[in-house]
Amino acid sequence: MTLGVTTQALRNLQAKPLQTALSLALLAFGVGMVSLMLLTEKQVNDAFERNIKDIDLVLGAKGSPLQLILANVYHIDAPTGNISLEAAQKVVKHPYIASGIPLAYGDNHEGYRIVGTDMGYVEHYGAELADGGWWDKTFDVTLGAKVAEATGLTLGDTFFSAHGLTDQTDIHTNRTFTVVGVMEPSGTVVDQLILTSIQSIWDVHAHDGEEVDPSTREITAMLLKKRNPLAVLTIPNKLRDTNMQVALPAIEVNRMTQQFGLGTAALRAIAMLIMALSFASIFISVLDNIRARRHELALMRTMGGTPRTLYTLLLVEGGLLSAGGTLLGLVLSRVAMVVLSAFVEQQFHYSLGAMMPLPGELALAAAAVAVGLVASAIPAQRTLRLDISKTLSEA
Amino acid sequence: MVSIEGVKFQYDAAGPVLSFPNFSCAQGDRMLLLGNSGAGKTTLLHLLCGLLTPTSGRLTVGSKSLHTSTDRELDRWRGAEVGVIFQQAHFVQSLTVRENLALPHQLTTGRIPEDLEAKMDDMLDRLGIGHRAGARPHELSVGEQQRASIARALLHKPKVMFADEPTSALDDESAAAVMDILDREAADATLVVVTHDQRLKDRYAACVTLNPQRP
Repeated sequence: MTLGVTTQALRNLQAKPLQTALSLALLAFGVGMVSLMLLTEKQVNDAFERNIKDIDLVLGAKGSPLQLILANVYHIDAPTGNISLEAAQKVVKHPYIASGIPLAYGDNHEGYRIVGTDMGYVEHYGAELADGGWWDKTFDVTLGAKVAEATGLTLGDTFFSAHGLTDQTDIHTNRTFTVVGVMEPSGTVVDQLILTSIQSIWDVHAHDGEEVDPSTREITAMLLKKRNPLAVLTIPNKLRDTNMQVALPAIEVNRMTQQFGLGTAALRAIAMLIMALSFASIFISVLDNIRARRHELALMRTMGGTPRTLYTLLLVEGGLLSAGGTLLGLVLSRVAMVVLSAFVEQQFHYSLGAMMPLPGELALAAAAVAVGLVASAIPAQRTLRLDISKTLSEA
Repeated sequence: MVSIEGVKFQYDAAGPVLSFPNFSCAQGDRMLLLGNSGAGKTTLLHLLCGLLTPTSGRLTVGSKSLHTSTDRELDRWRGAEVGVIFQQAHFVQSLTVRENLALPHQLTTGRIPEDLEAKMDDMLDRLGIGHRAGARPHELSVGEQQRASIARALLHKPKVMFADEPTSALDDESAAAVMDILDREAADATLVVVTHDQRLKDRYAACVTLNPQRP
């Protein structure tokens, strides 16, 4: 038989299931909310960071700069329009620009974008082949890892593209794409794309026998790497009288996360309030325990228990409540993360997978347990002044 | 042994001073402290257990001089040498009867001896409540609670046993049975019974009658 202080504390908590469940649920909910916010912030920031990777400017059609970035860097929004390839190439040749990667898209297969580009795009994200090769001929495609997994397409398979970025109704049955390669997972946006040549994108939209003037060729965007920092000031000026604009991914993403930040700050404040309520609940729970169990506590003093024994017992009860609630909260946030991840995966093809505890979460857990201990230590001090004789005489 | 000499007690400075008669009782003896309501029986019992500190006088129980001991020493002494049966049986409600019986060992020594469970079962069987060992205190009848409380007080073989009104709520037959159990199980200990129950006045040769004495 073991009857250590932890066993006694657990028995006491079990004896009041409703009160214990309420304290645990409140703390778990508060910690879970903060933890979920930390996890999603980290995941979203990581995803943004990974995909921005050395893209200094994005050249595209005029419109919302944020939309331009979301569409062409993260592929989670519709593009702002098309731009002339010739005009875009002129910008790439500007002395302040080091290089440019063209992107042309407008079709999808089963919701995955078919992006026409060159090998510069693959090299930029460090994508590697898992099977087969890179696209070579027109209508050859190399699949991102997630696309291959989701669609079940393998080498040699063929498919039609559908017009639009998600729609499956307007299918281009005049051209057949052939899978010639599958990429390794890279943890970047490339995983969710079907890569092909720009020529394929042009040809799939061309009418049979149509001759196209090369000077009228269009692309969706050009990802630019600057040679000179002055490019961020000079290039926008150069584009003033065109239908083009450049957007800075770092600035746009910052602006967006700041806007998100207002929302998350409000949510965090609510979570903190819930946590504060849970600590109040622990405080009241311990206080109520002392009142309800004062005869038991006095009895324990007559059986050899010291004031410190009783104090420790109540402290352990509070500690178990706060540690249990915190642990439950961290589990809860991960369950929520799985649900959220499934939603994000379905909507944007991004995975929010990593479940390892973050340093911020460890600090949150330590703080929650510490505050829980303090919340129980304050009322537990009453046991140090317990008048045994008077308490036993009251019975 | 139990010895009190010139013991006075005052609950608060403005309150009356309670004065108790001198008496002593040798190791292994039985003694009855008889008194009506308001005579200070419970106060004296709490003084003898070290739960109250006398305002003046000398109070010795076993090897311990209670009037000179610290709270910490008294806590340890109670756990090791004293058994108390309260008028109303108190238990830790979240623990089973068996665990309640083991609690004094845990509180005093920080562990439960391996052979305690066998002793416990034996004791509970002798008191006729062996089948209730796994029950929670609130599931017991008043009589069963009384017996469980006696078992708990005796299990660690105290040198001194104090019983506060052990028969007050019992009929004649049950009262006699409880006193028999106490006499039998606490055979080696000094037994001090504090009561107003006149049925017990002739049970022991040593009997001190408490009267309210306020100088």
